[in-house]
Amino acid sequence: MRDSLSVGLAVGAYGVAFGVASVAAGLTVAQTALMSLLAFTGGSQFAVIGVVAGGGSMLAAVGGAWLLGARNTVYAMRLVPLLQVRGARRLLAAMGTIDETTAMAVAQPDPREGRRAFWWTFGGVWVMWNIATLAGAAGATALGDPARFGLDAVVPAAFLALLAGALRSGALQRWIALTGGAIAILLVPITPAGVPVLASSAALLLALVLRPHPHPHPHPASGARSPVPGDGTTA
Amino acid sequence: MNLWLLTGLVIVGCFGLKLAGYFVPAAVLEHAGMRRFVELLPVALLSALVVVQLLAEGQEWVLDGPRIAGFAAGAIAVWRRAPFAVVIVAAAATAALLRLVG
Repeated sequence: MRDSLSVGLAVGAYGVAFGVASVAAGLTVAQTALMSLLAFTGGSQFAVIGVVAGGGSMLAAVGGAWLLGARNTVYAMRLVPLLQVRGARRLLAAMGTIDETTAMAVAQPDPREGRRAFWWTFGGVWVMWNIATLAGAAGATALGDPARFGLDAVVPAAFLALLAGALRSGALQRWIALTGGAIAILLVPITPAGVPVLASSAALLLALVLRPHPHPHPHPASGARSPVPGDGTTA
Repeated sequence: MNLWLLTGLVIVGCFGLKLAGYFVPAAVLEHAGMRRFVELLPVALLSALVVVQLLAEGQEWVLDGPRIAGFAAGAIAVWRRAPFAVVIVAAAATAALLRLVG
């Protein structure tokens, strides 16, 4: 439980950064707060406002958010046998299915502790994320240029923290990260904002072609199954 | 761009993707190729987000000293397995400080 609350506190700083960046990108305080309340998945939310700030299209912004949000589908499938939720509680469990809650839940020694960790982490992160988002968004106009507070450096650093678990988990993951990053940066000057990030998924196809013998399942329990920030970053 | 429509689509899609995981039959994830794909997709996307947020603004490459230094500080914190909050504070403080003195 103490771990859950400390994760919640850490998320607060990230939430302020999101609120400020979102309003700076042109979203209203209401749109910013609503996204944090209901979409509740930081990576996708930052991806969206990155595209909006860069002047990209709706399709690129939404596409990036959805592709990145697809990892939560996998987390949910892993949580089904652990959480044992039915009926309307599935809606609530779905809302709370994110990197941090999954990492905390699956790290526990037994299912009972796992369920407790899930709900406590969900509560802590959700409350902090939304208070922080609102504070950042409401204060954004008063704060002025978010770069003055180094928030433009926070966003890529936070994405790196999300990526760290996967980078440590295997050579294939590192190869895909390197290739995906290279594709994206090369496409920046020639495609509309948001497209480079979407196109980076081609790194998976390239891995299939250029790396004919990737070990299919090196370590079933390794970070490969959970590229989550809880892998030593938030937990 | 209609930002209310954008907000709605992001909310519906992101929540729908989470909810789908509670209704998809487990057999779908048992398919090794499918699981591999869904596990590796965020690796490419997150890496792309790192470089784009760090080195681009809109359709231009941008080398911003304080931003890169702040990111480097954050990256060192990630590498040293520091807590998430430390990563964020290290990145923000470094970039902000360099801009203050710069």
